[in-house]
Order: sequence, then C-alpha cells, then structure tokens
Amino acid sequence: MKVTKLALLVGLTAAIPSLSHADTLQDVMEKDVLNCGVSTGIPGFSAADSKGVWKGIDVDFCRSVASAVLGDASKVKYIPLTAKERFTALQSGEIDLLSRASTWTATRDTSLGLNFAGVNYYDGQGFLISAKLGVKSAKELDGATFCIQAGTTSELNLTDYFTANNMEYKAVTYDTSGQTIDGFKKGRCDAVTSDASQLYGLKLKMDDPSTVIVLPEIISKEPLGPVVRQGDDNWFNVVRWSLFAALEAEELGVTSSNAEAMMKSENPSIKRLLGTSGNAGENLGLKSDWAYQIVKQVGNYSEMFDKNVGKDSPLNIDRGLNKLWNQGGLMYAMPIR
Amino acid sequence: MNNKQLPIDGKGFLNNPQHRAVFFQIIALIAVILCAFYFANNMFDNIEKRGITTGFSFLDNTAGFGISQTLTDYDDGTSTYFDVFIVGLLNTLLVSILGIIFASILGLLVGIGRLSNNFLISKLSLIYIETFRNIPILLQILFWYNVVLAALPSPRQSMSYLDSVFLNNRGLLIPEPIFESGSGAILISFIIAVTAVFYLTRWSRKRHDKTGEEFPLIKVSLAILILAPTLVYFIAGQPISAVYPELKGFNFRGGLAIIPELLALLFALSIYTATYIAEAVRAGIEAVPKGQKEAAKALGLKDHVILSKVVLPQALRVIIPPVINQFLNLTKNSSLATAIGYPELVTLFSGTTLNQVGQAIEIILMTMAVYLTISIVISLLLNWVNAKMAIKGR
Repeated sequence: MKVTKLALLVGLTAAIPSLSHADTLQDVMEKDVLNCGVSTGIPGFSAADSKGVWKGIDVDFCRSVASAVLGDASKVKYIPLTAKERFTALQSGEIDLLSRASTWTATRDTSLGLNFAGVNYYDGQGFLISAKLGVKSAKELDGATFCIQAGTTSELNLTDYFTANNMEYKAVTYDTSGQTIDGFKKGRCDAVTSDASQLYGLKLKMDDPSTVIVLPEIISKEPLGPVVRQGDDNWFNVVRWSLFAALEAEELGVTSSNAEAMMKSENPSIKRLLGTSGNAGENLGLKSDWAYQIVKQVGNYSEMFDKNVGKDSPLNIDRGLNKLWNQGGLMYAMPIR
Repeated sequence: MNNKQLPIDGKGFLNNPQHRAVFFQIIALIAVILCAFYFANNMFDNIEKRGITTGFSFLDNTAGFGISQTLTDYDDGTSTYFDVFIVGLLNTLLVSILGIIFASILGLLVGIGRLSNNFLISKLSLIYIETFRNIPILLQILFWYNVVLAALPSPRQSMSYLDSVFLNNRGLLIPEPIFESGSGAILISFIIAVTAVFYLTRWSRKRHDKTGEEFPLIKVSLAILILAPTLVYFIAGQPISAVYPELKGFNFRGGLAIIPELLALLFALSIYTATYIAEAVRAGIEAVPKGQKEAAKALGLKDHVILSKVVLPQALRVIIPPVINQFLNLTKNSSLATAIGYPELVTLFSGTTLNQVGQAIEIILMTMAVYLTISIVISLLLNWVNAKMAIKGR
C-alpha cells in the first residue's frame, strides 16, 4: 500500500507542468491589471509626483498598453525598479512590460531572453557639469571624476569615449539616479554622465539649476524602448503595435480631443486605425477599438512627448530625432492595414 | 512515569520503532530531493524557453566599465568580468580585514573602559556602546558617508600636510612609494630583522625563566627592526622614491588615493562592530573569578600587568567565540557598501556585472560562494586559535 502511495506521489510531482508565463496577454486580461516596470524616478520618463501619481512618457506608454488591452488607462500597477533590477524583474515574470528608458543593445536583445518592442525615445549620452568649472566641451574633461548609475550603458560608453580620445577618468558608481545626483551635489564627482534627456531632469533637481550646464557633446546612440519577454509573440505584437498606434495617430492628426469626432472620419487610414474598418484589433487578440482607446485615454505620440518632456513640460526638450519621419525625425510607424 | 517498553504486538516492518524512524527519514529525504529537483528543473526549463544565455563563459568577456578603487592592474578597456570579480573580492577583503583590525582594537579598549573605575570613562563607554549598537548599520554607513563628503573640501581647496598628504572629498591622497632595483635588499634585511627578533624573544624568555632577569626586549627589538632596513636603504643607495600627488586639472594625479567610500564604510563597520566586541570583552573579563585579580594584587603586580598577564589570557577563552561571530558579521555587512557605491563584490559583481551580463543565477551563486568561503575560513581560523587558547589537560 505504502509503496503505491509513494509511487503516486512521485508520479504526481513529475507530472506537474513547470511554471512559466507563456501567454502574457491572457494573464493580463485575467488579472485585469498591467504590471508595468518603471524607474525609481526619472523626471519626464517615469516619476511619481507629490500626490503619488506616476507621470512621464514611459508611464504613458504603460497606460497606452493598458488602454489597448484592458480598455482602461488606469489599470496599471507601477513597479519602480533600479537599473540593476529591471531585466531580472522582467525575466522572472514580476512585471509584464518594462517601460523604463532602457537602451536597445545587441547583448540585451539577444542574451537576456528579452525582446525590445520598438523605440519610444531616441536619446544619446551627455555630460552634466558644474558651470563654474568653465568647461565648454567634453574633450576638456581629461582626469575628471564622474558619477554614474550602476548597470547602465552609460558606464560602458564612458569608457569607450575616454579610451578613444586617450583621456583618463575616474568613475563613482551609485545604485539609483537619486544617489548619483546626490553624490554630484556633494562634490564627490566633477560631472554626471547619463542619457541627455535624464540630465535635463537631473538639472531641475539641483537647488539652483543655473549652476550646472549640459555639455553639447552626445557620445553615444541610446534608443530607448519598451521591453518584453522573449518567446511570447502575441504579447510582443500588442506592445509593438501600441507604440505604432500612437505614432500613426500623430501622423494622421488624431488627438485625444478629436478622437471621438474622428470615429466618423471617411479617411481609410484613420478608419483602420480607429477600428471602424479592418480587423487589426482582432488579429492582435484585442477589441477593435484598441487604438481609439490609446488615443482617447492617453493621447498620440506628440501629446505624450509635449506633456512629459517637450514644450509643455519643465524639461522643455526639443523633439529633434524624435520628430516624425516626414518632419525630419526618426519616428516611423509601420502602416496599419 | 512508566518507562517499561510497550510490547510490540504487530510483526510488520513499520511496527519496529527503529525501522520506522529510518523509513520516515528516507521519505523526508526523498521529498526534499524531489522538491529541489523540481525547482531546478523548472528553472532550467524556463531559462531555455526564454533563450537566456547560461554558463560561465561571460567571465572571459571584456567588462568595459570603470571602477573607482582597484587593487590589481585593472584596465577599463581590456579587463574581463573575471578581473572585475577579483577586484570586487579584493575590495571586500580589504575593507573586512581593515574593519576587523580597527573594530578589535576599539572594541578591546571600550570593553576595558566599560569596567574602568573612572566614572567618566566607564559612562562614556556605556553611552558609546548603547548608541551605536542600537542604530541600524545601513543608516550609520549613510551617515558617515554624508559626514565624510560634507566635511571635506573640494580638490582645489584640499587640506594638505607638508604638500605631500592631501585630504579632500575625493579621498585621502598619500605619496605612492616606487620600488626601484635594490629595494629587494631592504625587504630581505627586514625579514632577517624579524627573524632575529623572534629568536631574541625566545632567548630572553628562556633567560627570564632561568634567572628571572628582565631583558629590555621591546626597546632592542624596535631598534633592530628600524635600524637594519634603514641602514640597508642607505647602503643600497636609497632605492625607494615616492610619487607625490599633484593637482592637475580636475583632480590630483599620482600618489595613492584612499576613496571616501572606503573611509566611510570603514568608520561605520568598525564603530558598529566594536560595540559588540566591547560587550564580549566586558563579559569575558567579568567571567574571570574575582579571586584571580585579588591574588595578583596581593602579589604586588601593577594594574596593567594584572590585566595583560592574568585577566586577559583567561578572559580570551570566553571572548573569542562571540567575537568570531562579529568578525563574520562585519564581513557580511560590508556588502551594504552598495548603498554608497564602494566597489566591493556585491556592488561590482552582483550589481553592475549582473546588469551588464544578465546571468543572475551564475553571478549570484558565485557571490554567495565567496561569502560562504570567507565565513568558513574565518571560523576555521578562529576555531583553531580558540583550541590553542583552551585550557589544556585540566
């Protein structure tokens, strides 16, 4: 008797399928909430305001996906992650989507079991330095000490840049961007180096922003975008096309304020985008009004950009490379048809 | 209570208590192994499904990031992740060893001070112990880091001593010795001096045992240790020179720099751990029977002789086991340095490297193995010391 029971136990243990998240889209729909990994506080990208409301262009992307999948932009649970924690959190299934100013690199895309779904911000690495040092160019930074956040591409680019220019430097590496700027404020380092967009945010965190300057040099390409787990193509499609939908909406002139009126538009592209014709939503496994919900509840790409980092925000960053392709930028949505 | 064993009425295998005990232990063992197997299997399965790279081949890849304190020849552009691992390991060992030394000295002094008859000394020791023991170590590390950074001036306003030692918020800069050819002779002469002192000590102890005559051991030893290498230094034509730190551009170039992160971490760890060591020392001293001290006093021994020759040797037997624990704690607490960016093993390897490479399992396993090894080595070492100290044959 005993032996049979034991054998049964062994059999049962072996028969339990291994736990894995194969179908994130279905998981998210069942949970009715999107677990979105964001930063611990990068102004303009993802930062909680004084009331604890998360804001930023990366946060808006989380909200876009939630609108498309769940029909409600507020059904997002934000999980703040340091640069070090972010990929492990995604790999382990703690979050469904990582939208945290992460640079798309070959190593990350191929060896971490992750996929970058696109680019929502074209950035480059720059330097923030105290104005009173009188430095005008990064080439004058020989021998300087830099504060950097651990586990970023900035650490690697800095080495590349200084090696290529035959200059010396010292690096002090901190865990969070808060500690990094704190170290700079206390004079532990001469300059901070990070993605240029973040430097504008850090500048605002200084007691007197006019005491620091951002140097003109950009020393690297930093395409920032949302990341998902590899091997879940459905979910990958949903995330990628949520990004394209916001860009397409900008190109077609659909905004959060005119989206409702646009539903009656006769323009075939707009009709396909908003789901009044075609079956883009159905093919993604979503409702036909998925893109309408994104634009209505969150806005098109230019609205997200202007509100969080662009002309309507304290950062006031020029759109530059992030303009649409037909306006001289790199932002290009694949056609919805 | 009735201790008579109950008669075994069944004849089955499990009715024998001995067999039963073994049987259930085997079942428990199988359950544990199955569980572990299940989790491991699950992990490998998921890793494969996601296409995450596995294995230790990443250790040969170029790391390509800068580190603020390296004890080995680390090059930002060409060194590998394995070099990063070594750098992190050495930095952990550096802060642990220095911390253990300072904490032991401070702990011993405060522990003795706690028992002092001087009201001020004993109360100050008490306040020190109670304050620093009851504040979490992480807060103390952050506190000292902020104090160190806030109190020190910028490089251009450095405090300097004789234009060769500088202190600023980039660290403490001291001249770096450069060993030219011929400096080996100085090292050899120093080793010979140490050996001479060793035999001199044995000889003087024997003489003391035989004749009771005191030999000025400390003075003579010091003279040998200092004079011999100095003499050779001049004979060999002064082969050691120094590179002085010099302010160039943003920072000082040349010289040895002790970074503020190390200073802050060392302060925090030593001050925190010393409180526990002080309590262990006090407990040890109080455990020595009062009669021992009184007997020593009756013989007319001086207070410091009583402490060093009568009380401490006996107290050490009580002190060592808890102190081992504190040394281990200090070593493990050094990983909190990640909060202030001191480049030790956890910051560098399971922090930066993990993020650049993304192979969490391998990296965390390596890091855990290191702490396990360090802890086991320290325990074995001090257990050996403890065995040496134990009362023999009584």
